[in-house]
Amino acid sequence: MALLRLLAIRLLTTLVTLAGVAVIVFFVIRVVPGNPIAMMLPPGATEDDIARLSALYGLDQPLLTQFGIWVAGVLQGDFGTSITTRQPVLDLVLGRLPATLELAIMALVMAVILGGAAALTGTRFRGGRTEGAIDVANGMALSVPDFLWGLVLILLFGVLMPVFHISGRVSPALDLPFTTDFYLFESLLRLRFDLWADIVAHMVLPALALAIPLAAIIGQLLKQSLKETMNLDYVTLARTKGYGETRVILREALRNAALPTLTLVGVQFTFLIGGTVIIERLFSYEGLGNMAIDAVINRDLPLIQGIVLLFALIFTVVNLIVDLLYAVLNPRLRHA
Amino acid sequence: MSFLSIRNLSVRLKKGPPLLRRVSLDVQAGEVRGLVGESGAGKSMIGKAVLGILPPSVEITGGEILLDGTDLLRLPPKDRRRRIGASCALIPQDPLTALNPSHRIGPQITDRLVDILGWPRSAAEARARDLLAEVQIPEPDRVLRAYPHELSGGMRQRILIASAFAAEPKLIVADEPTTALDVTVQKQILKLIAGMQARHGTALLFVTHDLGVVSKVCQNLSVLYSGMVVEDSAVTDFFAAPRHPYSRALLAATPKYTDPAAGLTPVPDEVIAAVRAEVAAFDAGGIA
Repeated sequence: MALLRLLAIRLLTTLVTLAGVAVIVFFVIRVVPGNPIAMMLPPGATEDDIARLSALYGLDQPLLTQFGIWVAGVLQGDFGTSITTRQPVLDLVLGRLPATLELAIMALVMAVILGGAAALTGTRFRGGRTEGAIDVANGMALSVPDFLWGLVLILLFGVLMPVFHISGRVSPALDLPFTTDFYLFESLLRLRFDLWADIVAHMVLPALALAIPLAAIIGQLLKQSLKETMNLDYVTLARTKGYGETRVILREALRNAALPTLTLVGVQFTFLIGGTVIIERLFSYEGLGNMAIDAVINRDLPLIQGIVLLFALIFTVVNLIVDLLYAVLNPRLRHA
Repeated sequence: MSFLSIRNLSVRLKKGPPLLRRVSLDVQAGEVRGLVGESGAGKSMIGKAVLGILPPSVEITGGEILLDGTDLLRLPPKDRRRRIGASCALIPQDPLTALNPSHRIGPQITDRLVDILGWPRSAAEARARDLLAEVQIPEPDRVLRAYPHELSGGMRQRILIASAFAAEPKLIVADEPTTALDVTVQKQILKLIAGMQARHGTALLFVTHDLGVVSKVCQNLSVLYSGMVVEDSAVTDFFAAPRHPYSRALLAATPKYTDPAAGLTPVPDEVIAAVRAEVAAFDAGGIA
């Protein structure tokens, strides 16, 4: 029951959030300098050409009228047509979404595994040199931003030791029998491990670049939280029952210590999705972020609006998932 | 031979002052021994040392803890943990913090039986149900599936008692098991522990600062001051004629509910000074 109510409330707030985002993005991209018509016409176009093209895209109408037309379309599922590619925005955006989702989720999984392993190892050998080494590594990972990690990884594993691909989503020579754009998942489902390996080899470096800073945050916070939990009475009681240190950490402390970390991971994951914009560009990965940069460069107003709305939707959905997970992991909240 | 025999146990803060000063005491099979003293006297520290849960900030500097004739301090950590888990148990002080908030009650009673002692799960669950009945908890099936936050403090302490007796330990350390409870519940819990102890024949090391509790449940007691055992007597002898001046003052300081007008008697300064001098003489290497 509590979960259903939570869902209903969150659905409502999501709608309000999206409406706000729609208003802001629509007006902000029209206020900033630069317009799509100038990008489309060759130099030396006449005033007449400009006026005709503006009328064609409805850009000669008053701002509020333009906004009304766009919102009316969005409510009917029509997000407009991209100015540069002349394709429906919705098709473009949904076509790229799977690539970005796969990248972000792979990065999240890597971050949780790396950060979790660092926290558990640091807690198991706390007070010793191992913990010190982990703290130093965490600090280094945290003080370098994701796009710099991207460059470092390209240099290390793309140039000096070329073991992974550093550009694109899949090798162009490969024949893809896919019906969806979720290449990573579909190749697994179709048991095409040859394709899967190629896709993973393309994703490892960008995902790792996104994952390293988040892994450091998870590692630091979870370790702190674990160390505090390890001093609690129920952990001490478990020790008297005959459990060893590792089992005490995993069985008694981890689940309780993970709760505060989880909230933070949710917030940080949205930052990670924001990070995909630059990282996708860096690795020429054909996702939403890469498309967003092109759209901004070309002043493709409808496409920018569509992408920003989709990002806003992803952020709210991530937050909702975190809240639900929190309720599932914390029995005190579940029964409240 | 006594089941637990502590010989000259010394514990100190790492690179700091001593917390236990060559403590020796014995607990026979089935005996209930009280450990009394004021706050900081080291009574809980003895229980923690026996159970191998001393905080990382302290270290054992000497002595032996013989459990059934084997010195725990000489065993490799894994063997020591197993031996303690199989034959000893703890009834903790605060039932509100001693149960894991994210595990159900059932596994918190059966975990030692299944994971450490290798019981089949069904047998362990049947045992848990019997134990809950023994500690007078109604609807055992509902309680076994409950989470700690759904139960009252008194209920949780009963569960912790049930859990302590689960593996039929030879020795239970009860670390001020009633201090955190409501006064009305304290008496019931005390009666419950005493009754369970008598039925199961478990030796009990009862840590408390309450001499009234000692007179009700213990057969023998050790009085501690500043990490030193100043008196080791049978309870009947102690209450008839305490031998050490500090013990006499401690007994005189016990509030008398029958005569509230009498007020509180502090331990006299000269007694404190005398017992401190004893501790100082001990630290200087003399015989206390």
